Amino acid sequence: MSKRKAKDTHLPIGECITQVHHILRKRFCHQQLPDAPEGVEAQHRHLMELLKRTAVHGESNSVLIVGPRGAGKTMLLRSVLRELAEEKEVQKNLLQVHLNGLLQTDDRVALKEITRQLHLENVVGDRVFGSFAENLAFLLDALRKGDRSSSRPVLFVLDEFDLFAHHKNQTLLYNLFDVSQSAQAPVAVVGLTCRLDVLELLEKRVKSRFSHRQIHLLSTLTFPQYSERVRAQLSLPDDFPDAKFAQQWNAAVTTLCEDKSVRDVLQRHFDSSKDFCSLHMLLMLCLSRVSVAKPTITAADFLDASRSCLADAKANMLHGLSILELCLIIAMKHLNDVYEGEPFNLQMVQNEFRKFLQRKTNSMYNFEPPVIMKAFEHLQQLELIQPADGSSAKTQREYRLMRLMLDHVQVMEALQKYPQCPTDVKQWAMSAFA
Amino acid sequence: MAGRLEHPGYDEEKLRRVSEQLPCREVQAGALLSLMGQPQQYCYPSLFIYGHRASGKSHVVNTLMKELELPHATVSCVECISAALLFEQVLLAFFGCDAASLLPRSPSLSDFVRIYRQQAEQSPAEQTRYIILEKAELLRDADANLLPALLRLQELVDDNVSVILLSEIVWDKFRPNTGCFEPLLLHFPDYSKGELQQILSKDRHPSYSAEFYSSYVHILLGVFYAVCRDLRELRHLAALNFSKFCEPVAAGKAKETDAHKLWKNIEPHLKKAMQTVYLREVSSLQWEQMEEHDAGALRGLSAHTHVELPYYSKFLLIAAYLASYNPARTDKRFFVKHHGKIKKTNFLKKNEKTSNHLLGPKPFPLDRLLAIFYSVVDSRVAPTASIFSQISSLVTLQLLALVSHDDQLDTPKYKCAVSLDFISAISRTVNFDIVKYLYDFL
Repeated sequence: MSKRKAKDTHLPIGECITQVHHILRKRFCHQQLPDAPEGVEAQHRHLMELLKRTAVHGESNSVLIVGPRGAGKTMLLRSVLRELAEEKEVQKNLLQVHLNGLLQTDDRVALKEITRQLHLENVVGDRVFGSFAENLAFLLDALRKGDRSSSRPVLFVLDEFDLFAHHKNQTLLYNLFDVSQSAQAPVAVVGLTCRLDVLELLEKRVKSRFSHRQIHLLSTLTFPQYSERVRAQLSLPDDFPDAKFAQQWNAAVTTLCEDKSVRDVLQRHFDSSKDFCSLHMLLMLCLSRVSVAKPTITAADFLDASRSCLADAKANMLHGLSILELCLIIAMKHLNDVYEGEPFNLQMVQNEFRKFLQRKTNSMYNFEPPVIMKAFEHLQQLELIQPADGSSAKTQREYRLMRLMLDHVQVMEALQKYPQCPTDVKQWAMSAFA
Repeated sequence: MAGRLEHPGYDEEKLRRVSEQLPCREVQAGALLSLMGQPQQYCYPSLFIYGHRASGKSHVVNTLMKELELPHATVSCVECISAALLFEQVLLAFFGCDAASLLPRSPSLSDFVRIYRQQAEQSPAEQTRYIILEKAELLRDADANLLPALLRLQELVDDNVSVILLSEIVWDKFRPNTGCFEPLLLHFPDYSKGELQQILSKDRHPSYSAEFYSSYVHILLGVFYAVCRDLRELRHLAALNFSKFCEPVAAGKAKETDAHKLWKNIEPHLKKAMQTVYLREVSSLQWEQMEEHDAGALRGLSAHTHVELPYYSKFLLIAAYLASYNPARTDKRFFVKHHGKIKKTNFLKKNEKTSNHLLGPKPFPLDRLLAIFYSVVDSRVAPTASIFSQISSLVTLQLLALVSHDDQLDTPKYKCAVSLDFISAISRTVNFDIVKYLYDFL
């Protein structure tokens, strides 16, 4: 279908919405690469040059990309790699090995993975043969035999680099950095990590072989840039099949971003974090409300989405407790107030609860101790209370010391929201010293 | 129907069937469906669904998956004692048993991801694949890498896959210390009283009218709602006690509309049920058999805790109880015949805070146990081997607990691990008035 023809066609609205979902979901969920990285141009140039030097000139390098979660480390690396792949001489020259600290949990597994990804000779089909020592010797041998001029450069990407530093003796890191320092096959080691103190984790010999080149991805985003990014993330690309719909959509998104209430929501999110992931989560929640019946995103969607993003989960859980469990929580809160955060046991809680019941003339909550025990255990299962010490089997259930995992404000807030809370229970909770 | 599910890309007939199966959960199911999007579109890499027990988490997710015929793997983390079982089940559900057999004997996450990638290359996902992990809180106890890796599985395997975690515990307790990919949180709120009534009224008995059953549910909730909001538990209780509720009607003593009479008949029965069958003191079977006899005449599980002990063991246990719950400084006052002059004011000064029946038993050395033992036993007892072996057999019976393990023979320390009711029953059999000797009850 020619481009002009596509522009003239008007798709039915349902088709458009499906397309919108398709495009935006790819962006938010699948972390599709943007056409050009924003706000990290300097880092991008730096990394690009570095990798190009390895790929083209056969220079060995090592670099760490450091930044908090969701700061776009993988995005940066992948966009650099994509650009590199477009160059012809790099494309046929560079070998890539991708490792992840989450998957390759020890050096043995990592080594097999490297051998597999490099398609070395001891791989038959998909299986790798040989012991750890043989594998290592083999790999090092293969790397050592090469030299700058003749062999193809290898790019090692170590995702979750800090986890590799926890391997025994850091053998893998040592060998990789060692190869990168000496005149053997050209390698580039790129580590991605979210720990700022990652160099402290390295052993001295490993550290000395590392080039100490770090690329920091610390967000310098201002709020206008942030809202601009929201707009860019939500707008449709130019090659959308129905141009008219795309235009309308983009105009709607632009006006939406200037809306006062939306700005407030975005400001709140900006104040709590600047990373991509939490932004994507918010936008995904907004997008999920778009349907054929409601083909645009409204300010109310943003408000709802932000509310469900920022909701206090513990308050949500407190809402679903039974009256008895709520009473026990109030008793624990009183114990915490009186004894200044000392741990308590079930007997004390029961005693506190009994005191409350005695002050009342008509006690409708006359529960047997085993029933109270069951409620107490339910609270423990929900981890709203936790044992203060580790010893479990030694003490009887009613004498185990526990701590309340809620603070004063959470309890009081939950009480306000509790459906049909009896007045006397409320008053009891209010009274500072029962 | 108020909240009918609608979503493009899914068969309407199927959606209608789904919404019929999910009473009072239309909002949540709708939200979930709109997050999932159309089958071929990408879904968020991981969803975390939390809510109370029996708030329909698994039911909603599984019904959606089953009725809409989406490719999914439902895995209960209780069953998966090792990650290998989890990997096997996922591969089995997505790619058949050939793929599952490719896993090596003790597979690592790396193997799993490699095989998954391989298989996904051969048969790429046309629809979003879902991995549903029930009781996800157990993943925290598994390998530290498992949870973070599962949360970003979509990125790792580069396939249209989404992981849904179901748990009772809030997400804040899951976060590993170096952080991870944050899942999208979805809360399933508890059922309100009205909703519980509506759901429970659905499984009415065919031979009685709907109003009759719903009035029964109303009474049941009146008794149990303050204690229990667990739908499963309530449903179980409703099923158990309905025959008792119908009794007056069947016998012709009351009509179906005599609400008060029926209430008067059932209410004490339900209250008794809370103390027995709700606590699993008596099993459901026993409870149903009890209908003919007097309810509660049967002794529950906790009534069987009475143990028949030898004479000296009884006294040893009594002595241990006294040693655990009395402060050592009062021993002279209680157990020595001609104790010196004690200031009464000093002795009686105590406050509630230090009461041992609140704080729990205190450890005591063996010497003190024996001293109290000789004082409470009337006759002369020789410290034979049998006395000492009785002490250690009390420990194996878990009536006493050995506190410190540092020294088995020299100065072992014990704690008494029985309740006041238990020890009172024991002391009654040997005509010993224990309350007179307890500091807390003075």
